Amino acid sequence: MKLFRMLGRSIRDAFKSVIRNFSLSLASISCITITLIIVAIAVIASFNVQNFTTEIEKDLTIVIFLDGETTEEEAKQVEKTIKKISNVSEYTFQTKQEVKEKMQEESEVFKTVLDNFEGEDSPLKDTFQVKVKDVEKIKQTAEKIEKIDHVSVVRYGEGMVDKLVSAFTSIEKVTYGIVFALILVTIFLIVNTIKLTISARRKEIGIMRLVGASNFTIKTPFIIEGMVLGLFGSIIPIILSTYGYIAFYNHFDGYLYSELIQLIVPEPFIYQVSLIVLGTGIIVGMIGSSGAVRKYLKV
Amino acid sequence: MDFIRLINVEKRYKNGVTAIYDLNLAIEKGSFVFIVGGSGSGKSTLIKMLYREEKPTKGQVIVGGLDVAKLKNKKVYRLRRKLGIVFQDYKLLPKLTVYENVAFALECLGEKKSIIRQKVLKSLEDVGLKNKVHSYPDQLSGGEQQRVAIARAIVNDPKLLLCDEPTGNLDPAKSMEIMQVLEEINKNRGTTIIMATHDKEIVNKMKKQVITLKEGHLVTNKKKGKYEDEAI
Ligand SMILES: Nc1ncnc2c1ncn2[C@@H]1O[C@H](COP(=O)(O)OP(=O)(O)OP(=O)(O)O)[C@@H](O)[C@H]1O
Ligand SMILES: [Mg+2]
Repeated sequence: MKLFRMLGRSIRDAFKSVIRNFSLSLASISCITITLIIVAIAVIASFNVQNFTTEIEKDLTIVIFLDGETTEEEAKQVEKTIKKISNVSEYTFQTKQEVKEKMQEESEVFKTVLDNFEGEDSPLKDTFQVKVKDVEKIKQTAEKIEKIDHVSVVRYGEGMVDKLVSAFTSIEKVTYGIVFALILVTIFLIVNTIKLTISARRKEIGIMRLVGASNFTIKTPFIIEGMVLGLFGSIIPIILSTYGYIAFYNHFDGYLYSELIQLIVPEPFIYQVSLIVLGTGIIVGMIGSSGAVRKYLKV
Repeated sequence: MDFIRLINVEKRYKNGVTAIYDLNLAIEKGSFVFIVGGSGSGKSTLIKMLYREEKPTKGQVIVGGLDVAKLKNKKVYRLRRKLGIVFQDYKLLPKLTVYENVAFALECLGEKKSIIRQKVLKSLEDVGLKNKVHSYPDQLSGGEQQRVAIARAIVNDPKLLLCDEPTGNLDPAKSMEIMQVLEEINKNRGTTIIMATHDKEIVNKMKKQVITLKEGHLVTNKKKGKYEDEAI
């Protein structure tokens, strides 16, 4: 009960002080706002990138072609070896005949062209299609399969995904760098805002010390003030990112360029983003105010 | 058991000035003690060591069985809750009313509203300011402001009340009023009072224990003492 009364007092004091020093508080709040808008964009982007890369990765398949003259026996042997590889989750086998039929089904052109080839002449090969458990290790698995006898070519969607992911990770790195720098500036501004509050309330703090207020009681209002600054700073970013993302999602009908790049459905995603933005704002505010308290309050 | 004991206490400030030399002192519970001495004799320093604003450089300062010199900074508040302090400059918050100023001390300790109300009104009554609860400090005379400060100091019913020149800014008549308030607190509540002062007239009228300091040395310590010019 005692703690609640003190916290109540602290929160009241914190709001009062933010309003009293509004011009300086406004500088901190604006800085937090800008930072958090960028944080929101970064979070939305990186969650989306992560989402569609895993979607794409789920579809990744290793395609294995066997040598033209591989016998049925030998193919069985290859199958056994593949089965034993720990990263393999499932596989299907198609003989050249099956491949041919499938291709002919898909296209008229293939139908006539492939009709000319029969048996030994066929340029088609027996194939395995292998799915893996861990996509990160797909390269190693492909290399392992390549070493098996009679296996001639191993293919998986290497290039595309890798390039996409590496492009996004470098963008991500730059964004994190900017966010980090902005957070530092924000913290600096908050420290100065809180410093001003502390000096405006020097007399009060002195009296608090005389009458036996604990360090906790003296510190908490200032730390809460930092958190309140963070809270105010996150209002606009939350509104912007929520409505912005919904509009963006609707405008593109839920995907970018092709069906392959699916956007995350706004609900409940935007709530999570809002929570992250709010949390970041409050934590940054708290770090700034704790720093100021440590530096200027000497408690 | 003495309530306050100082054993071989020395206080040397960082700038090299020694304010107190090898001081030994015992003060009984419930007593009313004046600390007198010229300017710079170490009165304020002694008081500051009692509420642990300053640490002695040597020796022990024992208040209510606790060695205050060894108290960690973080725990000083526990000592402060057991004592009240009054200064020459009142140290009231100008934006708060008389009631709020006194209540502030208890709010900092997280007391319940109903208990705060009861204690604040009681201590304002004890200092004779019950009719001014809603005034602001700048609407009061110096003597009245000092009585608000005293009310704030005693609101938590401390065992010890420290006063550093509480009448320093007041004329003789107002000073005597303050002294009457203090004497009543000492009598009715049994609060030990230690008061540093320059005021010869007050010391001589009150006939209490008098401790005289001179350039950081204890020169006299007498029950029912007087302000001795020659010692200073
Ligand atoms: N914070 C400080 N730092 C350095 N020296 C100090 C400090 N406070 C007091 N002194 C010195 O210590 C000595 C005693 O000072 P103190 O304030 O205790 O005297 P006092 O008896 O209260 O004087 P007054 O009657 O003028 O209030 C003085 O020489 C003073 O200059
Ligand atoms: Mg003094």
